Amino acid sequence: MVEQMLVEKRVGEQSIVLDKRAVLLAPSTVAGPKESLGPLAGCFDRCYDDIILKEKSFERAECHMLEESCFLAMGKAGLSPEEVDYFFSGDLLNQNISASFCARKLAIPFFGIFNACSTLCESMCLGGMMIEGGFAKHILFAVSSHNCSAERQYRFPTEYGSQRPGYAQWTVTGAGAALLGSSGEGPRLESLTPGRIVDTGLIKDPYDMGSAMASAAAHTIYTHLSDLQRDPSYYDLIITGDLGGVGKKLNEDILERNGVRIAPNYADCGMLIYHPHQQVDAGASGCACSALGFFGYFYPKMLKKELHRILLVATGSLHSPTTYLQGESMPAIAHAVSLEMN
Amino acid sequence: MATEEVRKNKDVLIDRNWLKNWHKAKQPKPPLARNIIMAFLVGGLVCLLGQFILNGYIALGVPAEEAGNPTVATVIFIAALLTGFGVFDNLARHGGAGLAVPVTGFANSVTAMAIEFRREGLVLGSGAKMFGLAGPIIVFGVITAFVIGIISALI
Repeated sequence: MVEQMLVEKRVGEQSIVLDKRAVLLAPSTVAGPKESLGPLAGCFDRCYDDIILKEKSFERAECHMLEESCFLAMGKAGLSPEEVDYFFSGDLLNQNISASFCARKLAIPFFGIFNACSTLCESMCLGGMMIEGGFAKHILFAVSSHNCSAERQYRFPTEYGSQRPGYAQWTVTGAGAALLGSSGEGPRLESLTPGRIVDTGLIKDPYDMGSAMASAAAHTIYTHLSDLQRDPSYYDLIITGDLGGVGKKLNEDILERNGVRIAPNYADCGMLIYHPHQQVDAGASGCACSALGFFGYFYPKMLKKELHRILLVATGSLHSPTTYLQGESMPAIAHAVSLEMN
Repeated sequence: MATEEVRKNKDVLIDRNWLKNWHKAKQPKPPLARNIIMAFLVGGLVCLLGQFILNGYIALGVPAEEAGNPTVATVIFIAALLTGFGVFDNLARHGGAGLAVPVTGFANSVTAMAIEFRREGLVLGSGAKMFGLAGPIIVFGVITAFVIGIISALI
């Protein structure tokens, strides 16, 4: 009997189809100064014009945004922290500090997770399955990234003068949170494809995250479509998290080469956050990139029923400042979540 | 797409040789000509500024052969100040090697690290991390000087 159930929900090589279909509720976004000057400025719940938010460090500022997004989400859903069963969160910093320090304030049972910029979809996968299994009624999940805290950890100090290559991406300063509920009005999680690590062994330049992540995105999208026997046109839109200009093109080309054409209904959040004149080279990246893009721009379109079926594929490059100095290539991952609005 | 097809295609999906060629053809290249011209102009301007300062010290009565040191110190001071005001990184984005190669680049790397790690304390933060980027310049500068010194002593 149990085996039967497993077989029913597990489809193809890597995918899961949900029956109860958790509802995505109350997405909330907090954006930093550069993001607040971008094309999506009007889509965010809160915009800051101060990069450090009057806190004493960039790390504190990031945590501040994450906490704020969580409280905004719970406020929108009309829930107090006691009514939320579990909290999933992750960020880009060592030891996942923003997430843990935010959880300290929330006092909700907490799972700290790290999949770099794909953490948003990772938490949706895990939360969706918890609701499916009947373990929770409401799950809060949140992600954050901060340009300065990420720069100083992964690359150079913020005031250091250097020329970035044209394929470099700009880490988004911001945070996004939302709830998964067993009932309510909103887009529902229809199926999930947790991704595998893909590492071609070729990409060793930490600025070239778009290329590393594109291979993972292509792999997950291809696997999702074949597992569920779907054509890309099944979706109104396929959205990747933060591939940027280079990664988006590479993702399209890899899939095209394998007989899957996604270009007509494909968007990348990394291309939406900033104007080209904001000097961000290939586009945006970071955990908050997919959160700001999807929660801020696409979710309202789903609520208005302008978009019915979306495949959200958040991508992450799982390198560290230690590994690239030691000459390791960059492993990447992408998790896909299919959302449907009836 | 049937599942068997996927299995068969798994290797095709990300073909290393194809990916290598894709990178060669489509990866954005640095604007080499622009970078070289900007480095030449900006580097030249930094040197011109240095010359003005040098002449200024000489005019103030510093002997010509000793005016070099206060000049370097002044240029370092200016670069550090611009770093502190958050201007230097924007200038360096355009100036590139023109600002990185002269002593301005050294001053920027030290100041940027000192500012960045100030919040971890004066000793274990700024003090310990200050030469994180500039350290290699000192190390290999000394090694080079040592080797050249030995060579010149032998000749």
